[in-house]
Amino acid sequence: MTAMQTAPAAAGVRDDDAVRVRGLVKRYGGRTVVDGLDLDVRRGEVFALLGPNGAGKTTTVEVLEGVRTRDGGEVTVLGEDPARAGRAWRDRTGVVGQTTGAGNALTVRETLDHFARYHATPVPTAELLADVALAESAGTRVSRLSGGQRRRLEVALGIQGRPELLFLDEPTTGMDPVARRSFWGLVRGLRAAGTTVLLTTHYLDEAAELADRVGVLAAGRLVEVAPPAELGADLRRVATVRWTEDGAVREVVTREPAAVLRDLLAAHPAGEVPGLTVTRPDLEEVYLSLVGATATPEGEPR
Amino acid sequence: MTAVGEGTAGRLRWAVADALTVAGRDVAHWRRQPAGLLATLLFPVLLMVTFVYLLGGGIPVPGGSYRDFMVPGMLALVMLFGLEGTMTAVVTDTQRGVTDRFRALPMAPSAVVTGRCLADLAASVAGLAVVALAGLAVGWRPDPGPGLLGAAALLLLLRVGFLWVGIWLGLLTRDPALVTAVQVLVWPFAFLSNVFVPVSSMPAWLGTLAEWNPVAATVTAVRELTGVPVPDGGWATGHAALLAVAWPVLLTVVFAALAVRRWQGLSR
Repeated sequence: MTAMQTAPAAAGVRDDDAVRVRGLVKRYGGRTVVDGLDLDVRRGEVFALLGPNGAGKTTTVEVLEGVRTRDGGEVTVLGEDPARAGRAWRDRTGVVGQTTGAGNALTVRETLDHFARYHATPVPTAELLADVALAESAGTRVSRLSGGQRRRLEVALGIQGRPELLFLDEPTTGMDPVARRSFWGLVRGLRAAGTTVLLTTHYLDEAAELADRVGVLAAGRLVEVAPPAELGADLRRVATVRWTEDGAVREVVTREPAAVLRDLLAAHPAGEVPGLTVTRPDLEEVYLSLVGATATPEGEPR
Repeated sequence: MTAVGEGTAGRLRWAVADALTVAGRDVAHWRRQPAGLLATLLFPVLLMVTFVYLLGGGIPVPGGSYRDFMVPGMLALVMLFGLEGTMTAVVTDTQRGVTDRFRALPMAPSAVVTGRCLADLAASVAGLAVVALAGLAVGWRPDPGPGLLGAAALLLLLRVGFLWVGIWLGLLTRDPALVTAVQVLVWPFAFLSNVFVPVSSMPAWLGTLAEWNPVAATVTAVRELTGVPVPDGGWATGHAALLAVAWPVLLTVVFAALAVRRWQGLSR
C-alpha cells in the first residue's frame, strides 16, 4: 500500500518523518470519513493528498494540524501528538487556510504585522511581502485583493512563523491558470528552502507538478502512494489493443499487448491491420480507476 | 520556541499578551472603519433624545423628571445592545475563517475569548461615556459621589453577562440571519423592562415579568445609586441591587459554560 522507497531498516529512522499516521479513524455522527488511514510524510518533501471531494482530505489535514479531534489511530507530527501538542509545536507548523477576507478593512501589511505577534520568531513583514510577491499591495486593504493575491496573503500567514511543516488545504481552488502557475513557483521555493509541505488537492496536474510523492485518497483510505510518474504503475501496464474486423471495432484489454499484436499480424499476412491502435491509460484514467470512478473512453466520467 | 515559558507563569503571561493582541485587532478595525463604531455609539443617543423630547412627555414617572428616569435605563440598554456587537464580531470572525486561523496559531486558546471581552468592554465603556455625556447635556442630574462608580460597575457587570450570551450565540451559527433575528428580538426584551416606563403602568403579571428582567434589576439599582426616585414594585424591585449582581453572575456562569462547550465542539 505504502511506497516501498524507504529501506525497512532501523525503526529510529522513522523519527525523522515529519508526519506518521497509523490507522486514523474519524467519524462525523455515524458517518466514517477517515477509515483506517496510514500515512508517512518525510522531512523536506512535498506530499500531495489527492482525492475527490468528500474523500477525507481536509479532515485528515485538520487532525494533523491539531484543530480536529480523532476517533482512533496514532498520529505523530514533528514528533508530537497534535491532539496534545502545545504552543511551541504550533509555532513549528504552518497552516494555510481558506479565509475569505471579505469586509476585512485592514491592509496587507497591518494584517501581517498583527499575526506576527503570535509567533516566537516571525519572518519580518517586508521579507514576507517580497516572498509572496505582495510588496506592491502592502498598503491595500485585504477586502480589495484579488483571489490570487488573497491566497498569497494566506500563504504568507502560513509561513510567517518559519514552520518546519506547512499544511496547504486546496490552495489553488478558484485560482486562474496564471495565478496557479505563480503559486506553484511559490511552493517550489518553500521546498527548496527545506520546508516540508503537505498539500491537498483535487487537481491531478497540480499533484503531478508539485509533489515528490502523491497519496491517492478514496473513501477515507489511502489507496496508493507513489511519485507522480509511478502512480498506478500496475494499472498502466494494462494496454488496450483495438482494430477493425468485418466492419466492427474489436478490442482486447491485456497486460501483454505484444502477444496480441503478434497474433493479429499473423492473421493479416497480407499487410495492414485496419484501424489498429494500442493505448495505455493516461494519468487521469489511472487516477479515476484508483478512486473508484470508472474511466470510459467515450465521455467524461463523473 | 525561544522564550516560551511552559510553566504556569509563562502561560499566564502569554495568555495576557495574546488577549491584548486579539483585542488590538478590533481596535485596528475600528480605526480603519470608524463608521460602524460611531453608529453603535450614537444610536443610543438618538434613542434617548427621541424618548426624552418626543415621547417622554406623555409618560408619568415618580419624581416627575422623565430624563432622570430615562438616562439610567438608556445606560443599561447600551449594555444589552452590546450583545449584538459581540455576536456580530464572533460570527464575522467565523465567516472570514479567522476563528479557524486562531485555532491553528501558536496562541493561548483563552485569548480568543478574553481578547473579545477586552475589546467589547472597551467599546462599552466608550458607549456609557457617550450616553452619560449626552444625558448630562439633556439635563440628567445624577447625585455626584461614589454611587456613580458603583452604578458604572454594575452596568459593566451586566455587559459581561451579555457578552457571554453574545459569544455563545455567535458560536452557534455562521449565518448572519441569526444576527438579524437577535437584533430584532432585543427590542421586545428591552421594552419588557423598566427602561422606558415604570412597571406599575403595566398589567400586573407583565409588570412582575418586567421587574425580573436582568436589565430592569440593573436599571433600578443604577437609579437608586444615582439618587433617582424608584417607583414602587415587588420583591425584585426591592432587592434590585442583589439581582443586579446575581443576574450577570448567573448569565456568565451558564453562558460561559455553554460557549466553552461550543468552542470545544468546533474541533469535534
